[in-house]
Amino acid sequence: MHSILKGALTAGAAMAVMAQPLYAKDITVAPGEDAQERLQEALILAEPGDAVVLGEGRFDLTDGLSLDIDNVTVRGAGPGKSVLSFKGQQGAGEGLLVTSDNVVLRDFAVEDTRGDGIKSKGADNIVYYNVRVEWTGGPKETNGAYGIYPVESENVLIDRAVTKGASDAGIYVGQSRNIIVRGSVAMYNVAGIEIENSYDADVHSNVAMLNTGGVLVFDLPNLPQQGGRNVRVFKNVVMMNDTPNFAPKGNIVASVPAGTGVMVMANSNVEIFDNVLRDNATSNIIITGYRFPLEDENYQPTPQKVRISGNEHGRAGYNPGYRGLDQAAAAMGGSIPPILWDGSGEDIASSDAVPVLTLGLAAPDAPLEQAKPDVVTLEGDAAPVLPVITLPAAMEAAIK
Amino acid sequence: MTRLLVLLAAFVVFVGAALASPPAAHVNDAAIVSDTKPRKLSEFGFFADAEAQSPVASVQPYTLNAPLFSDYALKQRFAYIPAGKSAKTGDNGELIFPVGSALIKSFGYDRGEGIELIETRVLLHRADGWVALPYIWDADGRDASLKVAGRRLPVSFIGPSGAKRDISYAVPNMNQCKGCHALKGEITPIGPKLRNMDDGAQIDAWKARGWLAQDVAVSGVMPDYADTHASLDSRARAYLDINCAHCHTRDGPASNSGLFLGFEETGKVSLGIGKRPVAAGRGSGGREFAIAPGDADASIFTYRMDSTDPGIAMPELGRSIVHDEGVALIREWITAMGADGTIKTESGD
Repeated sequence: MHSILKGALTAGAAMAVMAQPLYAKDITVAPGEDAQERLQEALILAEPGDAVVLGEGRFDLTDGLSLDIDNVTVRGAGPGKSVLSFKGQQGAGEGLLVTSDNVVLRDFAVEDTRGDGIKSKGADNIVYYNVRVEWTGGPKETNGAYGIYPVESENVLIDRAVTKGASDAGIYVGQSRNIIVRGSVAMYNVAGIEIENSYDADVHSNVAMLNTGGVLVFDLPNLPQQGGRNVRVFKNVVMMNDTPNFAPKGNIVASVPAGTGVMVMANSNVEIFDNVLRDNATSNIIITGYRFPLEDENYQPTPQKVRISGNEHGRAGYNPGYRGLDQAAAAMGGSIPPILWDGSGEDIASSDAVPVLTLGLAAPDAPLEQAKPDVVTLEGDAAPVLPVITLPAAMEAAIK
Repeated sequence: MTRLLVLLAAFVVFVGAALASPPAAHVNDAAIVSDTKPRKLSEFGFFADAEAQSPVASVQPYTLNAPLFSDYALKQRFAYIPAGKSAKTGDNGELIFPVGSALIKSFGYDRGEGIELIETRVLLHRADGWVALPYIWDADGRDASLKVAGRRLPVSFIGPSGAKRDISYAVPNMNQCKGCHALKGEITPIGPKLRNMDDGAQIDAWKARGWLAQDVAVSGVMPDYADTHASLDSRARAYLDINCAHCHTRDGPASNSGLFLGFEETGKVSLGIGKRPVAAGRGSGGREFAIAPGDADASIFTYRMDSTDPGIAMPELGRSIVHDEGVALIREWITAMGADGTIKTESGD
């Protein structure tokens, strides 16, 4: 090994050791009788620096679990080996709730929660690594909303996660700041990966397939944190997102048409580049405003400063799920262009080698019936080049 | 080895004897403020007769005008403020208790010949904040034991409709206590606010103890939501405040929802009127708005209140059955709303 690299590794290891409190310990919990009480007790009695180690097997849980101690790791033997099953859940809105900082969740699975899978709220520096959240009965309206659900947090890392079957979003990051979602797989969810009302996010090197919509970057009104911005979506594979929308009506994702690849709603400063996008029947990329009646004077309902570049486009737009666009597709030889813009907002630019269809609806509250579809080129690149997201070194070190 | 065991046994007996000393006539201030988790409720000395829930002289029973619904459990509430200290008042009638204070709440069901106690929860105000501890009553009913991880207990009782109910009663774990009692991430009392305690006599009792300044005045009193003499709007708002606003407040566990239900709240959309769900998932029940004015059946409020499914039910904790009277009140309130969310007619008289 190169000596400089070796030196760096040794120093890194020494720092990792120093970061541990003196008496950090492992608390091992095995599946079996009273798993609920034993595991919850471990999560309560853990002290900063401790790891709660999940044994191999299936934990049959009856209620939500929660962790509220800083600097705790919850570690299993692998997402196929340590399984927290909530099939018999009688209470709580999620399977596992984390409300403390510097928590690492890794190498286990959460299955069949009645509500959300794993939620972390106000939990800064949270790491989700190699975890699986799944509804094992496949896509169903009765599945819980979010698989992995960090909200109101600063510094969020989701790496090598797998989510399947969420009736809202598999991976949902809401009202947070400084976020990386990478190397993860989202399948059979309504939304694969969703970044909502958040600032500064890198979503890269993920696979979002067989969802209703692959990757969503949304901003919604009437929330404590809004004005979603600075999001990069790059080097992802977003394909075959043809699962019929199974979100319960009323939720914003219920309005996402099947066959959506990447969708940006009312965000500013978004870069979408170097992705592989194909077999998305409505569109590979949709840029849109918030198209609902609105009572929030602080809300900016249109997309601003979006740059689309370097993406590889496969087949798209051959069965668009928006009213009236099927006629447009027929008139255009069977499919609409793979990039779709509702016509609202400013500085939407694409240098991808494919045409763009605009609906010409500059006002986001104009009804779809007033659309004047037109093929356009989107020049005038004004979006900033966003910096790479970096997280505190300890977060990256936790998964080395 | 045998000798060691004998020694060990002697030690256990000794410690056991020390812990089982007769209940003190005074509250054990050290148990409240020190960084410990007493194993037995009796160690605090809150009660002269725990089985009868009769407190020692320095502990004050209190009631709330509008109580939280907890599966029709009967609740007995007690407060303790250390000698010579008093509570201050904050925004919206909030009480700011001094360090060393304790709030005690016992849950049970009427068995005809008295209340059978299930659990007692204590909130202890220590130097670095409030601590919440759940105690489950022992089988002999004489004392209660700490159960940090909570527990589910089968409970049967006769509901207000006269029907027998069999429920899986959930004693919360320590984290779940905080799940409701968190404000800005810190544990905070919920019930004891002046506006929810003013019944004409209670505030004076606290003043007489020296727990409140003589000039403390109460404004914006919350009514008992079951009292039909109060206006429909104030009853519904009192109900939402005590049942929902501990989470649904700007610094609370549901801050991210944008739905804020405190009694003092005035924003229409914040109150849910015409508000689309954010993270409701299947809790939306296919309905588009938290409150669709005039149409209770199109409102997510009633859908979630009327459900016991953990992925749908609101509140998320503390109830395993539907509060029929609460749902009826909120239905009536939403039905009485005009399109702009104001109440068309008042049922108060």
